[in-house]
Amino acid sequence: MFVGPALSRRCRISAVRSIGMKGFLPAVRSTCTPPGSRISSSVTPKKALFSKSLSAPCRLHFADERVIACCGADSGISLGKPRRVQPNEELELHASQEGCRCWLAIAGGIEVAQILGSRATDLRGHFGGFEGRALRDGDELPLGEPSSSLQFSGRTAGWLAPNEWAETASSYPVLGVVPGSEWDNFTAAAQADFLGEHFIVRREADRMGARLAGPKLARTQEKELLSEAVTPGTIQVASDGQPILLLGDCQTIGGYPKIAHVITVDLPRAAQLRPNDEVRFEMRSHEEARALFAARERDLERFRLGLKLRSA
Amino acid sequence: MTIAPLGDSALLVRVGDSLGEVLETTRRLRRARIPGVEEVVPAFASVSVFLKSPLDYEHCLASIRAALRRPAISRPAEPPRLIEIPVCYDAEFGLDLTVVAKQTRLSPNEIACCHARAKYRVRCVGFTPGFPYLEGLPRILATPRRASPRTSVAPGSVAIGGRQTGIYPLASPGGWNIIGRTPLRLFDLTRDHPALLRAGDAVRFVAITREEFERWEK
Repeated sequence: MFVGPALSRRCRISAVRSIGMKGFLPAVRSTCTPPGSRISSSVTPKKALFSKSLSAPCRLHFADERVIACCGADSGISLGKPRRVQPNEELELHASQEGCRCWLAIAGGIEVAQILGSRATDLRGHFGGFEGRALRDGDELPLGEPSSSLQFSGRTAGWLAPNEWAETASSYPVLGVVPGSEWDNFTAAAQADFLGEHFIVRREADRMGARLAGPKLARTQEKELLSEAVTPGTIQVASDGQPILLLGDCQTIGGYPKIAHVITVDLPRAAQLRPNDEVRFEMRSHEEARALFAARERDLERFRLGLKLRSA
Repeated sequence: MTIAPLGDSALLVRVGDSLGEVLETTRRLRRARIPGVEEVVPAFASVSVFLKSPLDYEHCLASIRAALRRPAISRPAEPPRLIEIPVCYDAEFGLDLTVVAKQTRLSPNEIACCHARAKYRVRCVGFTPGFPYLEGLPRILATPRRASPRTSVAPGSVAIGGRQTGIYPLASPGGWNIIGRTPLRLFDLTRDHPALLRAGDAVRFVAITREEFERWEK
């Protein structure tokens, strides 16, 4: 519980999480990877994102009435549908059974300064978001003025996003991949194992990437590579033959061979991996990856249009 | 030169392992202002092109090919920016000077002189925000990375990793051998360009004393 006067347009926190989403603008990748971008499911509203690692419960105290919506891992709040919080209401997000992140959208947005064109937090660089760090107990987040179309009403109460967008967490995900630059350098056995076997997420898993354990993936020749660009979704194979799946806060270049890349539409599910999850990979062609992305964009556009008509 | 996909929303243009070729390719691709391209980023022997979405792939591939096919306009290459980096090579900052001394059979003082005398170019910037990979390290100073990386390296640490030298902009893990520290901020968000160094920059290290280092910080 919190003490002190409730300030209007504020939201108070307890437990660990950070402000995520909406990556840094172009022309910064030569400096750092846009944090949070590509990882959050695009169904969430553009701003006002608050992402939370769900290893522990977290309580948010709202000073005024707000419309909120949640997606990602199940944390005890209906996913993919708007909900009203009352002034002084305390919203509790539970630790989830599956997945490790949920995204909470708050009408009006979280009004932290934009750095490099983004409100996201770079946890390693200690910049962006709220004081460049994960949130702590007692932090007060300034919220913006919600637009009139985001008032809670009988109409908005009926909005519901399809499950595949809102619920991205699974302990046994199958992620689509396209071949990486060094796919052909791996032995036929390694290629078959990569696509046929499952991999366990190891303890070392965070926003930068997840180390995986499974059959040893051998290359036909062990030659040193020059460092090249990597991107969220890239699956590198370390010298011990074990894969590392890079996520939203990954480094910009890497020298390990790239066996494959998770396709864009499956990144929100990759971001939910947590230790001991079992992940499988399924090869897709580039045409399929594009078709899946195009189909999702089409569905999203239709959904946006539907919401607009219903709230008009 | 080859062009290959990097996942479903980026492309990798591989060129020869020379700074000139990488910079020229980067310049051409940036100048082409191809719609759908989010950013063009140089690495060692490649330039990556990040796209706004997988749907931009086909037409960007065609535009990249066209942009790189155009004959080069012959004009003198622009001279690189020269950036001087003050470094204090005291043992207090140069945590691995003794390790490097043993491997190179040079004294810490000779290592500092040799490191500061050479001329360097920034090959690329990456790893952590603003980390420059520099080429031009005198062969005699080349030393393998530490068997086990440090969990935290102080910001400003100047280090040797194999045949390269670099500077850690932020406190981060690191496996390179640390030989000194600069008081300059390699990454500073209050500047228009937060990263002090860019690919192609010429760099020279200037040895400073401990007193000069302290004064710099103020």
